[in-house]
Amino acid sequence: MSELEVKTLTNKDFTSDQEVKWCPGCGDYAILRSMQKALPQLETNKEDYVFIAGIGCSSRFPYYMNTYGFHTIHGRAPAIATGVKLANPKLKVWQITGDGDALAIGGNHFIHAIRRNIDINIILFNNEIYGLTKGQFSPTSQKGIKTKSNPHGTTDNPFIPVKLALGCGSTFISRVPDTNPKAMQAVFLAAENHRGTSLVEILQNCVIFNDKIHGAVTGKDVKKDMQLWLEDGKPMIFGSEMNKGIILNGLKLEVVTIGENGITEEDILVHDEKENDITLHMMLATMSAPEFPVAMGVIRAVEQLTYDDGMASQLEENIKNTKFKTSDDLFNSGDTWVVN
Amino acid sequence: MSTKNNAVDLEKVVIKFAGDSGDGMQLTGTQFTDTSALLGNDLATFPDYPAEIRAPIGTVAGVSGFQVHIGNVEINTPGDIADVLVAMNPAALKANRVWIKDGGTIIVNSDSFTKKDLEKAGYQTNPLEDETFDAYNLVQAPITSLTRETLKDSGLDGKSIGRSKNMFALGMVYWMFNRPMEQTENFLNAKFAKKPLIVESNIKVLHAGYNFADTIEALPSSYTVAKADIDKGTYRNIMGNQATAWGFIAAAEKSGKELFLGSYPITPATDILHELAKHKNLGVKTFQAEDEIAGICSAIGASFAGDLAITTTSGPGLALKGEALGLAMIAELPLVVVNVQRGGPSTGLPTKTEQSDLLQALYGRNGESPVVVVAASTPSNCFDWAFEASRLALEHNTPVVLLTDGYLGNGAGPWKIRSVKDMPNINPLVATQGEDWQPYARDVEKLARKHAIPGTKGLEHRLGGLEKDELTGNVSYDPDNHEVMCSLRAEKVERVTNFIPNQEIFGDEKGDVLVVGWGGTYGSLYTAVKELREEGKDVSLAHFNYINPLPKNTAEIFSNYKTIVVCEINKGQFVSLLRMKHPEFKYEQFNHIQGLPFKTTELKEHFNTLLS
Repeated sequence: MSELEVKTLTNKDFTSDQEVKWCPGCGDYAILRSMQKALPQLETNKEDYVFIAGIGCSSRFPYYMNTYGFHTIHGRAPAIATGVKLANPKLKVWQITGDGDALAIGGNHFIHAIRRNIDINIILFNNEIYGLTKGQFSPTSQKGIKTKSNPHGTTDNPFIPVKLALGCGSTFISRVPDTNPKAMQAVFLAAENHRGTSLVEILQNCVIFNDKIHGAVTGKDVKKDMQLWLEDGKPMIFGSEMNKGIILNGLKLEVVTIGENGITEEDILVHDEKENDITLHMMLATMSAPEFPVAMGVIRAVEQLTYDDGMASQLEENIKNTKFKTSDDLFNSGDTWVVN
Repeated sequence: MSTKNNAVDLEKVVIKFAGDSGDGMQLTGTQFTDTSALLGNDLATFPDYPAEIRAPIGTVAGVSGFQVHIGNVEINTPGDIADVLVAMNPAALKANRVWIKDGGTIIVNSDSFTKKDLEKAGYQTNPLEDETFDAYNLVQAPITSLTRETLKDSGLDGKSIGRSKNMFALGMVYWMFNRPMEQTENFLNAKFAKKPLIVESNIKVLHAGYNFADTIEALPSSYTVAKADIDKGTYRNIMGNQATAWGFIAAAEKSGKELFLGSYPITPATDILHELAKHKNLGVKTFQAEDEIAGICSAIGASFAGDLAITTTSGPGLALKGEALGLAMIAELPLVVVNVQRGGPSTGLPTKTEQSDLLQALYGRNGESPVVVVAASTPSNCFDWAFEASRLALEHNTPVVLLTDGYLGNGAGPWKIRSVKDMPNINPLVATQGEDWQPYARDVEKLARKHAIPGTKGLEHRLGGLEKDELTGNVSYDPDNHEVMCSLRAEKVERVTNFIPNQEIFGDEKGDVLVVGWGGTYGSLYTAVKELREEGKDVSLAHFNYINPLPKNTAEIFSNYKTIVVCEINKGQFVSLLRMKHPEFKYEQFNHIQGLPFKTTELKEHFNTLLS
């Protein structure tokens, strides 16, 4: 495909002929549309995208994208995506997953993909519930939630996905609500442009089994006060009047109001997504309502050698420096003997 | 080195080196093997080592052995029992007590028969001092002290001196069988190139052992084993797992694909990963995954993206891979799963051999999930079966399970080096740009679909584990479509039978007894049948490598014999398959399940009862 063709792609080019079958009102629709609008903004041919998913409502996503796609088995998508990327590093590999798929049955693959920093994008739809199996608590459900599989309330502690990722050595973590399509597009583009495992946590609403679970953060009336939109190099200011900010007080973050108690804009922390030290990124990632706004946007984006680049350079070096050009060269090397 | 005047010519001989895990017996055995191979003997080897890396020193549990069978005649097994045993300590002697031929030669390191060592081995009294081994040619050599004496002025530390004693034993055996020491000297020079003191000391001890054997009169004669009469060509010694790895390298070259291995370490399959990991220079990609499931899933991803993708494992790992194998099956992607079988169930006997994963390979998945199953039958033909498994996977777009076993994987023998450039090409079933293509449109003959590889313009499509429409591959819950798809997938695997050769017979086309085997038991079954035929017995062998589907002429073969006996190292898995596929025949069974290969003697004994 020529460059011209790439630039003329539209969201329609990424829409498959399959009927979308999520529940009416599901947050997934907005995510799908945002993806279909984001991809035409990238300089990549349509045939070079691959969407890999596991099992769950979110994992039906590849069927609706008119790209190469593979709806696989529960939890294993990171491993399959890894194989795709290693087989052909030119492909742009997106893994679509949910909180159950990524963090329960697929937890092992999730942490190891991030540890290796393989160049894939993991889009995690976090609705804090199992939807496809009709409403059991998930690894991100808040402690105490009552569901059919735990009618007396869970005693499980939840994962915070981006915190878990940081613990795995993540080079890119971000968060975005399903209620903000423009921000989703921007974060998808940032994830694709980052080399390494990019984790995008989407606060997604399950309208049937966990409606408004993120309401305290994403609700129209509260979102300005409960979301801190991070921008690299910009001060961490938020609030309906854009007069609140985050400062570091001792070893803890604190919400302050500019203009009160002598606080000026200069006192507010400036976001540095490229800082290698995870301390501040960890504090931002774990801020939670109602004491703090929830960090949105790109929390961390640091450069580090990717697994696929590491493998590619080892292959290149070994191929360049070997005396073996074919398998016959290998088979006839070392101790051999001739029978006449 | 000239052959000594009083040397006795032998047709074949079995030698076992046994000692503590730390005594270097695998290396000693390998050296003797390589030297014999270079002399032109036919041979087969088998290592026998404990599951524990370092079991307590001096105990029977910690005994590591290496058996080698050399001959001037065709050799197909590592031998039932040893003619010569080298035992480096009492535990090694005790562990191998029943594996020595009556009247055989036993070389013991007499320095190791102290009260403490005897106790560790569980001996109440010193067996060297009573009548236990009166019926054997027992050679007591103070190997430890003579090694120390040899190296006392070498400047080598005591620990390293202790480690050199295996070279003394090797030197003695080299003398006994008139073998030159150059090959081992070259090996030591190369292995310890940066440690000249180690090289010099080891060579000195090797010669000391050789000279000691020459001097003492305990070894009354020495033996020669002449060159075997084998096919002309260039040979090398190869282990089964190495041969498997190399078969895939050749298959990648002949299919024009890059080779991808996704794997998780598991005994006894890990050496395939080790071997392939060495060959980035040939473009081989290996991925050590976080678990067995990620091993196969990464391979499925690589297959989807266009590589020749394989995963390697052993029994418990195959169990973990089951769900993903079903995905590869319904997605109809090429994939080779190697199962180097070991003793089961559960963790079972990790370092021992068995054929008990056949039914798991055939049926160990949910739903109607047929895959092609093939089995290698000698260490060196693991090469051919890895190649053939790749061919079937790529030309029929199906997962293929390749069964080998611990006995084949760790066993070794001479391999007539294949010329890969002269091997036939493999032609993957791949859709190309501009082609009128549907994801599940099928080849008329094979019923296989063509795969469109990501990156191919215009052929964007979605695969998945949900049932799919028989043409478009879109998700389909249609009842009739599901039935059609289940039948198509089964028929596709069945039709592989049209693309494989007929089953061959060793022996007569009609007759009294037909011995049936599959996979790793070939060497022992062939040897037993051959020896009985030399005695004039009416017995033939049909040894299967294609398990699913079976070769087309299977029933025709079976109809030509009065008695069919199916021999397996399990409780009767292949015979169950045969009873299901060809119920018109009556099958006798011979099954052992001890983690050990069949002994030729026990097979002959049993076949004789069927003949009389």
